Amino acid sequence: MSKKILEIKELRRDFVMGSETVHALRGISFDVNAGEFVTIMGSSGSGKTTLLNILGCLDKPSIGNYFLDGVDVKQLSRDELAQLRNHKIGFVFQAYNLLPRTTALENVELPLLYNKEVSAAERRERAIHALESVKLADRHDHTPSQLSGGQQQRVAIARALVNEPVMILADEATGNLDSRTSYEIMALMQELNEKQGKTIVFVTHEPDIASFSNRTIQLRDGHIQKDTRNENKRSAKEVLESLPVTEDY
Amino acid sequence: MSLINLIRIALKALQRNKLRAFLTMLGIIIGVGSVIAMVAIGQGSKQSIHDQLSNMGTNMITVQPASNLNGGVRIAGSSFQTLTIKDITALKANAQYISEISPAVTSRGQAIYGALNWPTQMSGVAPEYLDIRKLTLKDGIAFTENDVRTAAKVCLIGQTVVDNLFPNGENPIGKVIRFGRIPFQVIGILSPKGFNAFGQDQDDILIAPYTTVQKRILATIYYSNIYTSAANENVTDAAVAEMTQILRDSHRLTAAEDNDFTIRTQQELIATLSSTSGLLTVLLTVVAGISLVIGGIGIMNIMYVSVTERTKEIGLRMSIGARGKDILMQFLMEAVLISITGGIIGVLLGIASSQIVTLTLKWPTIISESSVLLSFCVCAVTGIFFGYYPAQKASRLDPIEALRYE
Repeated sequence: MSKKILEIKELRRDFVMGSETVHALRGISFDVNAGEFVTIMGSSGSGKTTLLNILGCLDKPSIGNYFLDGVDVKQLSRDELAQLRNHKIGFVFQAYNLLPRTTALENVELPLLYNKEVSAAERRERAIHALESVKLADRHDHTPSQLSGGQQQRVAIARALVNEPVMILADEATGNLDSRTSYEIMALMQELNEKQGKTIVFVTHEPDIASFSNRTIQLRDGHIQKDTRNENKRSAKEVLESLPVTEDY
Repeated sequence: MSLINLIRIALKALQRNKLRAFLTMLGIIIGVGSVIAMVAIGQGSKQSIHDQLSNMGTNMITVQPASNLNGGVRIAGSSFQTLTIKDITALKANAQYISEISPAVTSRGQAIYGALNWPTQMSGVAPEYLDIRKLTLKDGIAFTENDVRTAAKVCLIGQTVVDNLFPNGENPIGKVIRFGRIPFQVIGILSPKGFNAFGQDQDDILIAPYTTVQKRILATIYYSNIYTSAANENVTDAAVAEMTQILRDSHRLTAAEDNDFTIRTQQELIATLSSTSGLLTVLLTVVAGISLVIGGIGIMNIMYVSVTERTKEIGLRMSIGARGKDILMQFLMEAVLISITGGIIGVLLGIASSQIVTLTLKWPTIISESSVLLSFCVCAVTGIFFGYYPAQKASRLDPIEALRYE
């Protein structure tokens, strides 16, 4: 059995809204091993976003434990959480969240600026390498406004890769893209997962996207409704090739 | 996060909004520039006022014999004779705060040349007297220490005396005039000084070596005055205190006895001088303060807008590992960079504009290093002070909320 990256035990998260207490997560337990590609699915109000915030170390559980790469997140201060995010997590957002009027290379370098141990030269080298791995080696000097949506998301993925995280956490990463570009992104994700062994946790509400992962966790009303292994995982690359080419070009 | 990274991040953020950064800077630029230029103009005019007042002998100190009680009747000081060569020697040997010293004896009498005569006053003084009183020669030469030793019969002649004794434009230099019965050779003509504040004609005067006046005219060993000049205006009080002690010792006065002399300074002139410059300094400081505060408010305003506008960026930075401290430092650094860059440009602008004022309006300007340094420091402090609250606001944002902010 390979190493556990995520370990979640009886996790609960409550929000106090005025006089009412909202139970967003009502006791969730699951593990994710290194090299897995997990999708988390659920409709609005299922606790998906809350879980994502906790997985991303942006929020802490009310009750229960969350171990990320062996670190008990609950014990950490705000600053220590920031450092943990910097070292262990690569975020990919629905809206890309690239800095405007800033080149692709500088956007990718950003997480390393907050890491004292990385020198300027190493930072540049790693950013170039990350851009190569998302096949944007020729777009270093382009600003987000000069890139297409898919390209922007690939820059964002490069930014998530550059600090060599233990897990890539994607939040509706294909939500703003047309289906063809979505498949391109998923193909890239699959490639990173299969060829580089990256652990990926992908939050989505599209079953279509979930079918590209090895495992799907279905949330409903703060509980895990289903946790299934995906026996017949689709290849995004093949789907992409089967699409009619004529429409877009 | 290292300082270099911090500066790099802040610079990039500013570069993304160059025009806005420049406009924010403009407040500081104008503030600092005007402070530098105004201080330069102020210092320049202060210096020229100072020079003019100094020409009137602001650091001159005079010693007179004091009035004294004599059998219940107060006797006028001038008829009292206490000041002698011993006092001059003691002052020359012991006083540190005075730079020059000259005894003076005066005699009124009739100046005669040929058929013309003119009632005037002869001052017997040492050569240093000209410096102490800021007198200059229009023509000829001054007498020397040697003339004093030999009690030479030479004199310097004031313009009024020249006009009355040599009405036809003859050159008085080398001519021999009489003062009373004593013949004097005219060796120099004093530059005219005009009337003083009390309507006395300062040019109605003959100046001769004091020994000559003492021995050949008055037959006395006493002086009527001693003139000294303090090393500069600021040590005038110290010089007075020092001279008082030296003269008391020289006159062997016991602690119970009053001074038998009076020391006078040009207090009024000094007071005018310091009040003028004091007022100027206060005025400029106030102007400087106001303009920098306005510049600072500009920075604060823009930083607040910037924090709100970039909420999403802040959320992103936090999610990829920036701590609250890093965000705080980034925004603080942006504010400081704006204010310091504005400060540098402002200093250059201030120097340039004061040069322009000097060149076009011929006003004297002096760029003081302290005003440059001070306004620059104030700029940096302004940046930190007015940048801190917006930066703190940014650093306290919740990353989850910030990321979702639209």
